[in-house]
Amino acid sequence: MLDQSYYEKADEIIDYYGRKASSLIPIMQDIQGEYRYLPGELLTYVAKEIGVTEAKAYSVATFYENFSFEPKGKYIIKVCDGTACHVRKSIPILEALQKELGLSRKKHTTDDMLFTVETVSCLGACGLAPTLTVNNEVHPSMTPEKALELITELRGDNV
Amino acid sequence: MGFMTIDGRKVEFTDEKNVLSVIRNAGINLPTLCYHSEVSTFGACRLCTVEDDRGRTFASCSEVPRDGMVIYTNSGKIKKYRKLIVELLLSAHCRDCTTCVKSGECVLQDLAHRMNITTVRFQNTREIRPLDTSSPALVRDPNKCILCGDCVRACSEIQGLGVLGFAFRGTDAMVMPAFNKTLAETGCVSCGQCRVYCPTGAISVKTHMDEVWEAIADPDTRVVAQVAPAVRVAVGDAFGLDKGHSVMGKLVAVLHRMGFDEVYDTAFAADLTIMEESKEFLERLGQGDKLPLFTSCCPAWVKFLCDQYPEYKDNLSTCRSPQGMFSAVMKEYYRGYEKNQGKKTFVVSIMPCTAKKMEILRPNNFTKGEQDTDVVITTTEVIRMIRNSGIEFATLVPEACDMPFGFGSGAGVIFGVTGGVTEAMLRRFADKHDKATMDSVAEAGARGDEGIKEFSVTYQGIPLNVCVASGLANARTVMENIKSGKKHYHIVEIMACRRGCIMGGGQPPRAGNRTKSARRDGLYQADNVTSIRKADENPLILSLYDGLLKGKVHELLHVDSY
Amino acid sequence: MIIENRDALLKERELAQKEIDSFDCRILVCAGTGCVASGSEKIYEKMKELCQDLPGVSVEFQKDVPHIGTVKTGCQGICELGPLVRIEPLHYQYVKVSEEDCLEIFQRTVLNKEPVEHLFYKKGGQSYASPDEIPFIAKQTRIVLENCGKFDAESLDEYIASGGYDALTKALFDMTPEDVLEEVDKSKLRGRGGGGFPAGRKWKQVAAHKEEPVHYIVCNGDEGDPGAFMDGSVMEGDPYRLIEGMTIGAYATACHDGYIYVRAEYPLSVARLRKAIRQAEEKGLLGENILGSGFSFRLHINRGAGAFVCGEGSALTASIEGDRGMPRVKPPRTVDHGLWAKPTVLNNVETFANVPGIILKGADWFRTIGTEGSPGTKTFSITGAIENTGLIEVPMGTTLREIIYDIGGGIKGGGDFKAIQIGGPSGGCLTSEHLDVGLDFDNVKKYNAIMGSGGLVVMDENTCMVEVARFFMSFTQRESCGKCVPCREGTKRMLEILERIVNGEGKLEDLDTLEELAAMVKNMALCGLGKSAPLPVISTLKTFRKEYEEHILEHKCAAKSCTAMRKYIINPEFCKGCGKCAKNCPVGAISGVRKQAYHINPDVCIKCDACRENCAFDAVYVEY
Repeated sequence: MLDQSYYEKADEIIDYYGRKASSLIPIMQDIQGEYRYLPGELLTYVAKEIGVTEAKAYSVATFYENFSFEPKGKYIIKVCDGTACHVRKSIPILEALQKELGLSRKKHTTDDMLFTVETVSCLGACGLAPTLTVNNEVHPSMTPEKALELITELRGDNV
Repeated sequence: MGFMTIDGRKVEFTDEKNVLSVIRNAGINLPTLCYHSEVSTFGACRLCTVEDDRGRTFASCSEVPRDGMVIYTNSGKIKKYRKLIVELLLSAHCRDCTTCVKSGECVLQDLAHRMNITTVRFQNTREIRPLDTSSPALVRDPNKCILCGDCVRACSEIQGLGVLGFAFRGTDAMVMPAFNKTLAETGCVSCGQCRVYCPTGAISVKTHMDEVWEAIADPDTRVVAQVAPAVRVAVGDAFGLDKGHSVMGKLVAVLHRMGFDEVYDTAFAADLTIMEESKEFLERLGQGDKLPLFTSCCPAWVKFLCDQYPEYKDNLSTCRSPQGMFSAVMKEYYRGYEKNQGKKTFVVSIMPCTAKKMEILRPNNFTKGEQDTDVVITTTEVIRMIRNSGIEFATLVPEACDMPFGFGSGAGVIFGVTGGVTEAMLRRFADKHDKATMDSVAEAGARGDEGIKEFSVTYQGIPLNVCVASGLANARTVMENIKSGKKHYHIVEIMACRRGCIMGGGQPPRAGNRTKSARRDGLYQADNVTSIRKADENPLILSLYDGLLKGKVHELLHVDSY
Repeated sequence: MIIENRDALLKERELAQKEIDSFDCRILVCAGTGCVASGSEKIYEKMKELCQDLPGVSVEFQKDVPHIGTVKTGCQGICELGPLVRIEPLHYQYVKVSEEDCLEIFQRTVLNKEPVEHLFYKKGGQSYASPDEIPFIAKQTRIVLENCGKFDAESLDEYIASGGYDALTKALFDMTPEDVLEEVDKSKLRGRGGGGFPAGRKWKQVAAHKEEPVHYIVCNGDEGDPGAFMDGSVMEGDPYRLIEGMTIGAYATACHDGYIYVRAEYPLSVARLRKAIRQAEEKGLLGENILGSGFSFRLHINRGAGAFVCGEGSALTASIEGDRGMPRVKPPRTVDHGLWAKPTVLNNVETFANVPGIILKGADWFRTIGTEGSPGTKTFSITGAIENTGLIEVPMGTTLREIIYDIGGGIKGGGDFKAIQIGGPSGGCLTSEHLDVGLDFDNVKKYNAIMGSGGLVVMDENTCMVEVARFFMSFTQRESCGKCVPCREGTKRMLEILERIVNGEGKLEDLDTLEELAAMVKNMALCGLGKSAPLPVISTLKTFRKEYEEHILEHKCAAKSCTAMRKYIINPEFCKGCGKCAKNCPVGAISGVRKQAYHINPDVCIKCDACRENCAFDAVYVEY
């Protein structure tokens, strides 16, 4: 069961965008922004409030990459695997991060909820490839070594 | 209006909404897996793609016919691509055809055969997923889903429910209820339209044929069948007989030969329903209370109303459905050792409907703590059972139903088509029974394929507003109109399936427009050739009220609550 | 303050210009995604801090700086040289500025108007003080990107001062909607989002729906091609131009509501656009009765949620409506039956950004640029194996050679040009034989590629074309919406085959199947994305079939890129037989007797490189 405060927050967001079908995506984006994931119960609640079926809301939520029903880590690391980054060896960076954090293609978030590692198609900073972002902050010209240093640094901030 | 050239032949077209229809009307059965004229065009299977004279390829389902078009439906290139598409679909599909419930009726299987696909070059890498058997009426097998979305559109566009949806995307895409819940956990009303639209075995009727065979095999069980009106017009064509032609006599004969002890007509119970429901209506009209009266014959509609508009539960007629009434009366008839001689009575109801499988489990379809109907089998299942028996159906000599519940009036027979219940009730209200009176009732406005029909009749000087709707999306419109006060009705007849039970979720699928009309006409013809056309003139009914039903009318024919 | 009419706008301009002229020195720090990634934010902070210390001068975030302004500008286009700092009115451009350089810039340039030479861009022994002199910029023709990097991307005043909203004023007061349609049509402006459909014709079709009072205008800012960031740069660098272009379009096609659909990965674009819309609303340049003309137009922003396919028109409108971004069948076309089933103008960012110029300077002017069939300019982002990566804008018809060698500075490290991928993941490859083909819509199409939104990825001899095809296919496969069978199942099987070939498990008949699938998907898929998904395979198979065959028959990757093609060998002359490699091998592929040369079993080896990494004697080597 979700805390009542989640529903209050959802109400606030729903009121902002209006009770209509076209509000579904922005509402989900804001909820995701608030909690770093989209709690399933809230999706059901939102669907009912804005008058779309639960199946429809679920089908929309699962279509877009940005929505996750799983809570995400405090630091969301997105490794760019766009053309430019790929050509400049972005995959070894991803692999190094996954190895360090015990993650895989199926497991994206560390058990301590500190890190989530994902790939992204292109961040639009191709000139600085390979890049990755930590909570939307771009880190240019990465190497596996630099990525690991970054992890150490972020971990340090949380001791 | 205009002409186009299809495969070198000049073809005239009129108001066809797309090139595909023109092609099909020209006698070319272009394959499709996602096109149904009654739902929106999806355009995903791409099988109806054709080539024009400039070598351009396009899907004919979404192209508007234009004068002077030149198209090729079977060019070498298109043929090759089409075959490859089917091969790709097969490669991501469970191919246990021999043990598939849909075998022989599967569109995909049919296409594979038509296109002579003898090998599939690609491995099926899709994860094997569990079946959803939670519903009393339907089984979902995601491994057989080809993602055509027909069920999704049927459920949302025709039925206005939206229980099923697409989830995820790309090769991960699947059709499922929200959060992959089981059907039982959703607002599914078991109408089975998803199953009718499904081209493969991904959604199928939950079958109960084995239970029936077992009961028949048991010497201590009296197996009694009731056959619903819509069944009789949907069986014949499976055995090479005319589409839509009533084969009730042959059905009775084959059921007897298969080992059923007694075979009855649900139209008889429909007459009972008319008696009770018209009485109830007149009472409500007199009291000016709980109007409009909603019909309660259709279990999917009843569930829909209870789930979505619970505030209108009291408007539902308290009458059990004809199936419910029949089974309750039947069980009462054989209650006690004196009557049953120690034999168990097993009521098999043969229905065009999947929701009936759900209805028999509802507590208000139990009498004295016992389930009235033991098993429901759909038309599709009875056809398989006949095939299983090996009996040559087409050449059987027709037989009459057993007594004492073996006769239904014409009014009971037309229950199987939208507007039938209303027409039957209006006949009941008519003073006379001559042909002219019957014809004028028929023309009152209840007949016709429209989704929502509205008309007024006068009963003893009182104008009555009647609404007849089929399809739950239409039902929703009607309900919203009532709720908002936009419309005021006295009687509302609703059937969950478009066109009524003839197009029920348990009927043989792949029924096109010709089949739809034939089934409808077949029922009206069966009505026409019945001498007794009013329920209140069915002598069996009248004697029942004087006998078995005395003091038990409410217990056996009504529900206490929804 | 609402600008109530045309004259008030002119006055507003004078005031703004006066204010800008009053600055002695303006420090423009590039705030494009690329530069921000290189730390330009810190530079901005630092410069602000330094200027603040200046007695008697108040420094603020945007402008309102009496003498010295530090402003954030949009992308200046030379990402690899970031962070970029530009000093006006001296026209100095400093590249690769670090925090340590700030003090020097402050002391020498800000206070004393002297250049800091070591921060100038240097190439071939030459040093360039001004950005306009750098060949990368000097050889371009900037219309759409005109303002990018030249002024504050968050200041509507500066936009107005530079002549912004002149075009809208002209349209609203001197032209009828029909005149605007005519002018745009005459300009032969073609949609810059990919297909190159004439914008004027599209607009006219929407305007012709007189029976329907509600029309919509939608801007496609869902630029998702990996390696493309043109539209993002415009939205970040000059949001006002886009808004003005859309407003003119709305006026011409009788729209009162417009939507900009911005890609999820462009948070800065969203922020800039939101701010720009708010500012425009405050000044009455958006909203009711714009500039007192009686014309009303509201603009909304929709953020994408991570689906490449939403760049397809009907998927994009479905997404705005709150649905899955799945393309729908056409007809009906978007111009007849678009957003909420209403007639809808749908163009991309670059297309709209061209409109103000066309209205202001006329269609005839526009047609003097570019080619007969494709007038105007095109923005490209060049990345990959090239010296100067970044954003460029050149007249249509510019040859690949000019782009790669004159503007791009040639192949990185002086290598040999092999191919260029144009049009993103669903585009095609052009090779050295196409170097002198002028790039415009019609030419590109002729060579089995598409213009797409203009991503150019340069490849040299170190790029394996089979791997490139696999990479693009894995992208389109991952981004397939899953609706139509050809794309959903066809691309999946194509990817499987490509993966097999790259992994050294391909068979020669795979190439036939691949071609068969590619042709089928190209002809049968539902939407433009699906239809073009096989293009990389088709074009590489055509031009580089030999590479495919080498992978299959000889297990050889000439570009030395495919891991599976590597062969790890122990050189017996160097091997001391210490056994360390065998100990480190995760699959037990190495065997041997101590103090004798070890041996790697190639059938077991997974090419993980552990043996080579751990050998103390450099005895392990790789053969390709």
